[in-house]
Amino acid sequence: MTYKLQFAELLPYWDVLLQGLIFTIILTLVSTAAGIAVGTAGASLRTFGPKWAGAIVTTYVELIRNTPFIVQLFFIFFGLPAAGVMLSETTAAFLAMTINLGAYSTEIIRAGIQAVPKGHVDAGVSLAMTKWEVLRHIILNQAFRKIYPALSSQIIIVMLGSAVVSQISAQDLTYAANFVASRNFRNFEVYLLAALAYLLLAMLTRSLLRGLGRVIFKAK
Amino acid sequence: MSLVSIRDVRKSFGELEVLKGVSLEVAKGDVVAIIGRSGSGKSTLLRCINGLETYQAGSILADGIEVGGLHANLRELRRHVGMVFQQFNLFPHLTVAENVMLAQTVVNKTPKKEARDTAAEVLAKVGLSEKMDAWPSQLSGGQQQRVAIARSLAMRPKVLLCDEITSALDPELVNEVLRVVEQLAKEGMTLILVTHEMRFARDVGTNLVFMHHGKVHETGAPKEVFAAPKTPELQQFVAGTGH
Repeated sequence: MTYKLQFAELLPYWDVLLQGLIFTIILTLVSTAAGIAVGTAGASLRTFGPKWAGAIVTTYVELIRNTPFIVQLFFIFFGLPAAGVMLSETTAAFLAMTINLGAYSTEIIRAGIQAVPKGHVDAGVSLAMTKWEVLRHIILNQAFRKIYPALSSQIIIVMLGSAVVSQISAQDLTYAANFVASRNFRNFEVYLLAALAYLLLAMLTRSLLRGLGRVIFKAK
Repeated sequence: MSLVSIRDVRKSFGELEVLKGVSLEVAKGDVVAIIGRSGSGKSTLLRCINGLETYQAGSILADGIEVGGLHANLRELRRHVGMVFQQFNLFPHLTVAENVMLAQTVVNKTPKKEARDTAAEVLAKVGLSEKMDAWPSQLSGGQQQRVAIARSLAMRPKVLLCDEITSALDPELVNEVLRVVEQLAKEGMTLILVTHEMRFARDVGTNLVFMHHGKVHETGAPKEVFAAPKTPELQQFVAGTGH
């Protein structure tokens, strides 16, 4: 081994890399929020909604869970323009990640809803609440409590998976790393740095989510 | 006029006919004790009264509201017909007070403060004033069931349906719940109870209903029915319960 590590050569590109990191964080935050909203709606419809709505949700979930993320992303960015839907790479990245997490979180949240004893629905309904009121005030809170660890893991999977959006030139951390490597050919250093950044980000996200969970679900 | 009027109700789960033409009239202030073997249709009948189960034929009128049918106003009905379950079903993510306040604030849009006052009042009635801010998991089974009763009472029901509310309790906790129900009966609350507590049915009930094979098999004043059951099925049942 005669290769000499020269991290100093990354220094001129610090702003590019930082911007990429910030984009990755924002991308993860926004698509996590939107994806969980989609997942909550999907799981609610599938468990409490009419049959036809449940069937639509099931189709959506199976379609997304059984195809590669990169193909979903390419379809949205390169495929949809043929149908007249032109999206910027950033919008396409947000949309693809939201749709992807939406499908997985639908399944996770549905499992949580089904883990709440059916008697709680009977009790809520017997107190003259509608089933949507029961869902909102009684079921979802308990469901999220049960599936919070699983959902946290899925959020981190989505964050790491977001590296794929660099393939449609959405300017995330991986895109920035590719850019730097193509300029100074310091592939070893730049990808090592990117890997460390993802590692730290994942660990930080995990502990943040754990702390957040303690605050939200402080009750027994 | 009857508060609850059940006429020739039939109910099937698939092939299995559970209610085979049940009729029952309940007047204001009645305490109706429904007894019978498991599988005789007692709980199903109770669940039909507040629309938790649908039925295929016959009619149920509760407080003048038709329960069955596509356009039944179940929300209005359930404001007047409360129900307490075998498994308490307290909401574990809410405190005792919040359990009792939830339906008031969501359904009746009662302001929080007023709802809490009502919660304090009904919890005092079941002897749990000091547990307002406890979590359900911190309570004994008997206490949880008393909270469940208070939660129903907070909606000011005209009828309270009790579905084997002491069956999931340890024997030493049964009486504290029965005492609360007895107190409600004394205050004139209309009660329909599915129960296995024969002594309670005899001493507190105003009407006894013995269900057998999906029908009202024998009915009458509890003391008389228990003293001299007319049908061999009820004789057997009473003997079997060690009464």
